[in-house]
Amino acid sequence: MYWTLFLAFMKIGMFTIGGGYAMLPLIQREVVDRGWMSKEEFIDIFSVAQSLPGIFAVNISIFVGYRLKKKLGGLVCALGTIMPSFVIILLIALCFTQVKDNVWVEKAFKGLRPAVVALIAVPCLTTARSIKLSYKQLVIPVGAALLIWLVGVSPAWIILAAIVGGLVYGLNKRKEV
Amino acid sequence: MIWLELCLVYLKIGILGFGGGYAMLSLIQADVVDRYGWISLQEFTDIVAISQMTPGPIGINSATYIGYTAIHNAGYSMPVSILGSCLTTFSVCLPSFLLVLLISYAFAKFRHNKYVESAFLGLRPATVGLIAAAALLLMNEENFIDYKSYLIFAVAFGLTWKFKIHPILMIVLAGVAGLLLY
Repeated sequence: MYWTLFLAFMKIGMFTIGGGYAMLPLIQREVVDRGWMSKEEFIDIFSVAQSLPGIFAVNISIFVGYRLKKKLGGLVCALGTIMPSFVIILLIALCFTQVKDNVWVEKAFKGLRPAVVALIAVPCLTTARSIKLSYKQLVIPVGAALLIWLVGVSPAWIILAAIVGGLVYGLNKRKEV
Repeated sequence: MIWLELCLVYLKIGILGFGGGYAMLSLIQADVVDRYGWISLQEFTDIVAISQMTPGPIGINSATYIGYTAIHNAGYSMPVSILGSCLTTFSVCLPSFLLVLLISYAFAKFRHNKYVESAFLGLRPATVGLIAAAALLLMNEENFIDYKSYLIFAVAFGLTWKFKIHPILMIVLAGVAGLLLY
């Protein structure tokens, strides 16, 4: 059983490109179609795992593993998810330090660095759209980005401030109702 | 003490990393590049590119890579540097493990907890800001060396935004463009 869990999550770790909701069908196929848990239970776990900090794929693997086989299950599933990335990246890290100064590699990287920035800018806009930010709320992300970028405030403080702000606003709103 | 610092930084990223891989980037960059200078901004950009090209979550990919590179840059040998990547990968996952164990005891209560729901009213919009900051911080003269860089950026942005081109394909295309233009 532990071995099956390990292999199932290794597969999930290998094919998580994109992350988040892109992974839903993949994990569901591994976990629900095998009869490890009901679809409802899985959706519940999925939504809670998304609201936790840390790496989403790891969170959900620990959750599923823990449900099925307690602590050891959680550990086995997490290791399965991590293993493919870990091995692949380590191999690249070992080689990359050797080829970094190669002329061709340097040229290719000069070209792809600006594209990386574009690849981060796009999900920023799609996220803004998917959580349906109102114009008034726009102050929060714009303010946060400017504080980090121009003022050099640590993102850690921004996150803590967002949690505190959300708590104050949300709990007050509940009181009014 | 680089080992302890690496461990603490990645524990912090594991605890505060809300909103997925992209939102985590500015958190990683703030400590790994700006505060401790373990790697340069250019190396950081390269790591993000490599993380996007290879399978697996960006959080794990970057932790593994940065753990190795930081220890390697500090002058340690290859086998010791591998231990560095074990340490960072372990540290970034440890908070998740503890949190899931904790929450599993009170799962039903956690789902519709008013404190959790309220906190996310603030966290969700802030996440967008964190991703924006990650992009803005990388938009500097190390990565944008001349007008060609801006051209590549504009084309990559347009293609990804309009045609939803797959990130891996986009990076490969940009790499080819680099070979041709430079």
